[in-house]
This record gives sequence, structure tokens and C-alpha cells, in this order.
Amino acid sequence: MSLLEVDNVTLRFGGVIAVNQVSFAVEEGEVFALVGPNGAGKSTLFNLISRFYDPAEGDIRFDGDSLLSRQPHEIAATGIARTFQNIELFEQATVLQNLLVGRHRHRKSNFVNELLFTPFVRSEERRHRAAVEKVIDFLDLQPYREKYIAGLPYGVRKVVEMGRALAIEPRLLLLDEPASGLSVEETQDVAFWIEDIKKQMGITVLMVEHDMHLVSSVSDRVLALADGKTLSLGTAEEVQNDPKVIEAYIGVSDEHERAVA
Amino acid sequence: MRTVFKTSYDADINLFRHGTQAAWYMALLVLAVVLPFLLSTFAIGEATNMLIWAIAGMGLMILVGQTGQASLGHAAFLAVGCYANVLLQERLGLPFLLSFPLAGVIAGLAGVLIAIPTTKLHGIYLAIATLAVSILADDVIVLAEPLTGGVMGLYAPTINIFGLEIDRYVNPDRFYWLTLVVTVLVILAYRNVLRSPLGRSFAAVRDSEVSAKAMGVNVARTKATAFGISTAITGLAGALMGHFAGIFNNETFNIIISIQLLLMIVIGGLGSIHGAFFGAVVVALLPQAIAISRDTVGGLLGTGSIAIPGLEQAIFGAILIVFILFEPMGIYGRWVKIRTYFELFPFYRRDMFRRQKSYLKTERMR
Repeated sequence: MSLLEVDNVTLRFGGVIAVNQVSFAVEEGEVFALVGPNGAGKSTLFNLISRFYDPAEGDIRFDGDSLLSRQPHEIAATGIARTFQNIELFEQATVLQNLLVGRHRHRKSNFVNELLFTPFVRSEERRHRAAVEKVIDFLDLQPYREKYIAGLPYGVRKVVEMGRALAIEPRLLLLDEPASGLSVEETQDVAFWIEDIKKQMGITVLMVEHDMHLVSSVSDRVLALADGKTLSLGTAEEVQNDPKVIEAYIGVSDEHERAVA
Repeated sequence: MRTVFKTSYDADINLFRHGTQAAWYMALLVLAVVLPFLLSTFAIGEATNMLIWAIAGMGLMILVGQTGQASLGHAAFLAVGCYANVLLQERLGLPFLLSFPLAGVIAGLAGVLIAIPTTKLHGIYLAIATLAVSILADDVIVLAEPLTGGVMGLYAPTINIFGLEIDRYVNPDRFYWLTLVVTVLVILAYRNVLRSPLGRSFAAVRDSEVSAKAMGVNVARTKATAFGISTAITGLAGALMGHFAGIFNNETFNIIISIQLLLMIVIGGLGSIHGAFFGAVVVALLPQAIAISRDTVGGLLGTGSIAIPGLEQAIFGAILIVFILFEPMGIYGRWVKIRTYFELFPFYRRDMFRRQKSYLKTERMR
């Protein structure tokens, strides 16, 4: 059984079909990349998995259970964490507080004992902090621990967002364009981190990414989408050389057009 | 500048960052406790009034400053707390020690009840919905005359705690200490919320609902909890306000009070406990300051004291405009800047607290 199964999913916005009968399965322990031109439906698929959108048809199963019966805020508890394309951090909070929100899934206290701040809440806080410190060490965020997000550079915010997703301790990590807007060096760091997330932490990664260099260096399998439809599935190399994918990105050559005509 | 050397996670969990800070707040608390021995009876009353406003301000601050939900209806919850406290004492014969916390609970439940339908709204729409709550409360008090006494109002009984009588006019120092105890307890509860997962989920809802959801925060429930805690604290303030005023009716908690509360925390500084107190100082002491300066100016001009209608509201409005233009972070924001200036002297830079532009946000999903 695959970890995540997207089964024949369709989503329409009015007359526009954003996702058209897309099916794929992500196996436990792999890095799976979604590629495709703008408007292909990659981020929409992420939002479907996060349950921000309801599919018109089809089913999404995680670890064998359908996600469609769950509310958006129940998805993290199943073990799915995500980042956002345009960075959705808590701006007026520190890096540490942002990462600690990621621990919300593991909250055992309730608002009554939190109002009283009982010793149990304190021991829980220590436990959450220890878990968050592991993430801070992993992503080298030590210099920014007490800094407010509102004052941080873009590259650091990207890393903090990844850290916040890791603080959830997920089984599946959804990364929405982890390298967009990053420098070459920062992209390289992201590539190393994704490798480590897969190998050391044993977390399955599903990512949307435009940087084909990053995609081919870290991903085990790649799915190409265009106009909401599946184009090609295989290794990075196979997908990049698929004529349908090339056509979607740069169009058809004149000779081909003439031959068809 | 102080460097705090942290050796355990508890340093970030504790109430105070370091010993010196704890010592300063203890000194402040001692000063607050001995204040009745230093002040005249009139000044004690003013100090009590300020503390009550600060409690109400902290109540609203949890909602507006921490959770980012605007409310123009908090006078309604002052009223709920006030009427519940007095009615529980008068009609059911409960002692103050029971009726007072129960008034908070009732106001809190009323807040949750209001939150369930209204928190689906955002920003200005939520403000309008809560404004309606405030207007409704006024009318309900008039209509429910058998219970509330309508426009005739109700008298607050003398507080009796195990035989110890507390009356604002007979022994104002006792009433001041009672208010101080409530204030300290509310501050503690507020701080506990801020340093626990609940406070962080409030901040999450305030800054990005969509990623709060992705982190597993139940946004609707978090908003309802924020409303409940906020209105419960406001209800406690309302109960104290009733005892402070002695007599109250529907006019005591009108819409102006709601607006004044919101302006108060904006002037004080959104998002901090200090802000609620700074704002309370302005709101509670401004009428007296105006009265005193009017007498002084009148005396200098030889015209005697002239009453100018609406002067208080006008000055209050002017202060608000000045703050929004020049110091959106409120009095507390200004205080932090001054403190930082001296801590870092001479390395303070002018743009140190300048708001950074925030990067593109996903507006498609709320």
C-alpha cells in the first residue's frame, strides 16, 4: 500500500477544470516531485491534500484512510505537514514561537491547566522545546531563535517555514516550491536538507518545484502536469525527455507541426 | 545592555526573563499594595478606577491584540458581568466570593455564544457584528426590566467577604486592594496564556489562518476560546465597575464605552499587557486632568471654570489621531523605543523599529 494515494481527483472552479482526473501514488520513503508550467494544478493538488479545497470527484487516501472525511485542521494530526508557496509564517511572532506552533499537534494540555500553568504544562513545554531545538540544530537556525519573522530576510523565512513543518514530526512532508527565490547556495542547502529529511528522518517528501536541477538531484520520481492533466511519470530524466513534457513547456517544433498538418 | 545567559529551557518558560526584571515588578507590586497609605481618598478612587479599566483592557487585548479579532461590543460583556454579579448576590443570595467568579464565567459563556456565529466574519464585518451586540445589550437591559430594573438601574450591594465589609465609599482602600488582587490574578492568567500552546495558537490565528489550519490549529474553536477568555475577564471588570459605580443602568455600559475600550488599547499599545495599563492610565485619568487644567486655565484668565461640552471626547479623539499618525505601536511601543535607546546607548539607530514590509501573502484562501 502506498503512503499517499491520489485517486482520479478532479476539481473545478466554475468552468475551469483546475485538476482533471489526476491519479498518482507516493510510496513511503521516497522523494516525489510535481513539475509543470504555471497553472498546471500543482499547488491546487497540495491544497486538495490539505483539504482547503473539496474535490468534485475522486478520493485522496493517506496510509489507506480517506482524507476527505477530515477537516483541514485535522490533517496535521494524521502526519501530513506542508509549506506554502508564498510563505505563510506568523509574522508578529519569533522563530521559536513559530516552530512551537508546529508542535500544536502534540498538545496534551487544555486551556484550563494552561491558564493555571500547572507543572504538567511546564513539563510539556520543555518537551516541545526539546523537539523544536532538534529542528533548529538540523536547519542551523540558532542565530534567529529570538528574532521576529517580520524582520527576517526571505531566504531565512523559507527555512523557518520548512522547520515549522518538520516540528510537526510528519510522515509526509509537502514542500511547495522550497527553492523559489533562493540563491544557488541556498538551493544547494535545500537539496542537502531534503536528502537528510528522507534518509535520516525517514520522512516521505512530496514537492512542487520549478528548479529542474534541484528536482533531478533529489527526487526519486517525478510527475509532470499541464492544464490539470497528468503528462508523464517516471524518473527525472525520463520525464525531462518525454516529448509531451517538452511540448507543454516550449511548444512543438515547426517540422512536427508541418508533419501533423 | 544586559546579556542573559540561559542554561535551561525554563529560562524561556519562566514569568520573568531574569532576576532584575523580577525585582522591578516586585517593587511595583509593593508600591501598588502600599498606595492607599500614600494617597488621598479621592486619589485611591481614581487608582481603583484605573485598575478596573486595565482589567477590562486586558480582556479586550486578549481578543484584539493576541488573536486579531476586532470587537466593538465589549461594553455588552461588562454589562453581563456587572448584572450577573449583582443579581446573583441579590436574587440568589450568593456571597461575593461565589457571585464574582460566576459573573466572569457567565460573561465568558455569553462571549462563546456570540463567537460561534460571528467569528466566521473577518475584520470590519466582525467589528460591525460586535457593534450590533453592544447596541442590542443596551436594549435588552431596558426590556428586561423585572430583572435589570430597566432605565431605573440597580444598586450594587456592599461586598461581604467572610464578614469583612467592603464598600467603595466607606472603605475605599479595601475596595482598592480587592481590585488589585483581581488585577494581579488576571495578569497571571494572561501571562500563562501567552507562554502556553493556547497563546501561540492565538498568535497563529491572528497572523495567518490558513497556515494555522495546516499546523493543526482548530481556527473556529481557538477564536471561540479567545472570545470566552476575553469576555470572562471583561465580565470580571464589569462586576467591579458595578460595585465601583454603586448604581448602574443601561447607560453605564453604552456603545461609547465599547469604543473607548478599543481606543484605549490602541493608544496603550496593541498586543501587550503593558499596553492595557498605559491605555487605562489615559482613559481613567484624562477626565480629571481636563478638569484640573480647566480650573487652572480659568483661574489664570480670571474667567472661572467654564464647562465645555464634549471637550473630553474631542481631546480623546485628538490623542488617538496623534498616536495613529506618529506612534502606531502606542505608548508601550514608545516606551520600548526609549528603553532600547538607553540600553544600547550610543548605538540606537533611528530605523531600528521600522516595520519591515511583509512579503506577498496568499490571499486566495482565508
